[in-house]
Amino acid sequence: MSALPQSAVSPPQRGGLLHRFANPGRFLRLARWLTPLLGWISAVALVAGIIWGLFFSPADWQQGDTVRIMYIHVPMAILASAGYFALAICGVLTLVWKHPLADLAAVEIGPVGATATALCLATGSLWGKPMWGAWWVWDARLTSMLVLFFLYLGHIALIRAFDDPQRGYRAAAILAIAGSVDLPIIKFSVNWWNTLHQPDSITLTGAPTMSMSMLAPLMVCMIGFSCGFGALVSARLTAAILESRARQMMTRRIAEREEAA
Amino acid sequence: MSASNIFDSGKSGGARRGMTRKTRRLWLVVASVLCLGVATALVLNAFSSNIVFFMAPSQIRAHDPGPDRTVRLGGMVVAGSLHRETEGTTPVNIFEVTDGQAAVTVRFAGILPDLFREGQSVVALGTMRKDGTFRASEVLAKHDETYMPKEVAEALRKSGKWDPRFGKPPSAASWDTMTRDEARAAIDAKTPRNGS
Repeated sequence: MSALPQSAVSPPQRGGLLHRFANPGRFLRLARWLTPLLGWISAVALVAGIIWGLFFSPADWQQGDTVRIMYIHVPMAILASAGYFALAICGVLTLVWKHPLADLAAVEIGPVGATATALCLATGSLWGKPMWGAWWVWDARLTSMLVLFFLYLGHIALIRAFDDPQRGYRAAAILAIAGSVDLPIIKFSVNWWNTLHQPDSITLTGAPTMSMSMLAPLMVCMIGFSCGFGALVSARLTAAILESRARQMMTRRIAEREEAA
Repeated sequence: MSASNIFDSGKSGGARRGMTRKTRRLWLVVASVLCLGVATALVLNAFSSNIVFFMAPSQIRAHDPGPDRTVRLGGMVVAGSLHRETEGTTPVNIFEVTDGQAAVTVRFAGILPDLFREGQSVVALGTMRKDGTFRASEVLAKHDETYMPKEVAEALRKSGKWDPRFGKPPSAASWDTMTRDEARAAIDAKTPRNGS
């Protein structure tokens, strides 16, 4: 143990909230109850929301039963953007505060967010064909969402592309922050330009242009998918921290053995 | 700072120097994001005529793209305008598309999408011909952002608050909390019964 740098074994210095959460050990304690809590909320809400949405909510007056794709498509679209926003926040924490938990979180959020984006694009395509008459069109909403998917893929590749993980974290942080300009474009594309995709039904300013009988199951699905996203990231992050701890112990063991020899 | 050590608390150097360095990095990030944001906004603004998915009838009337350029025309199908003709042996759908300021007649020899109806928004791909009609090779239906059960739509129609052939429903606050039972009751109240 004496061969180790002091910072590796000493508890983190007392500091602001940011530094207390920078401690992966603290996150492990948090995740011990947070992961199952989010997982159970997600499971219950998804079972209730999907059954409600697919079987008990009304069909749309003009779209018929096809409208039920919404109960998956909309949460996926929101989580795709929210996930990338989280990556951008992790990027700022990495670049400015060299926050070690943010580095690992960025590695783990990427694939989950990319999956949400892929599911958003796939369900949107399945919805577009019967309603619009096209699997895909190059309008601003669809194109900016596709750009987000490629940003995710770039981030996933870049953060793993260096032998020195710190360089990967920094490069990916820059990509995450720069790529976040796509988020307002996705959000406001349907208002700034005319698109085939319809504008948002749920806005901050007006009443939702959706019957409560559809909005309620959508909100339950939204809670379910959001908690599921959180649970997945939390579980992945736990595994990543434990894995890097195990690797560190191995390196220490080898270093000690070499010293002894 | 050691590269492999991810459990470092992140503080390197003296506390005061660390703070200034962090503040400087924070400002650098903020400034970069602002520059990138402004640059993106300028680019999008410059290319906005290429980003729009379709042109409205009034835009097409103002800047006729000519018969050689394929464009997309978008707008609402005018109520009562849809009819069919045969050109030789081909049946052709003919309808007018409007944005409230101008209308363009569209001729389309193909199958219309399921959601196509009068009062619906559509996007047609094709060319403007010399006679002022639009020859479409593809017609897509563009539905709006309103979602309601068919009972609620029927109740709004029966109450005279909305005719779907003339566009969007009334303000959402007037119908989005209406339950299907309330809608059915409203429809029954408006439907004359036999024998009474």
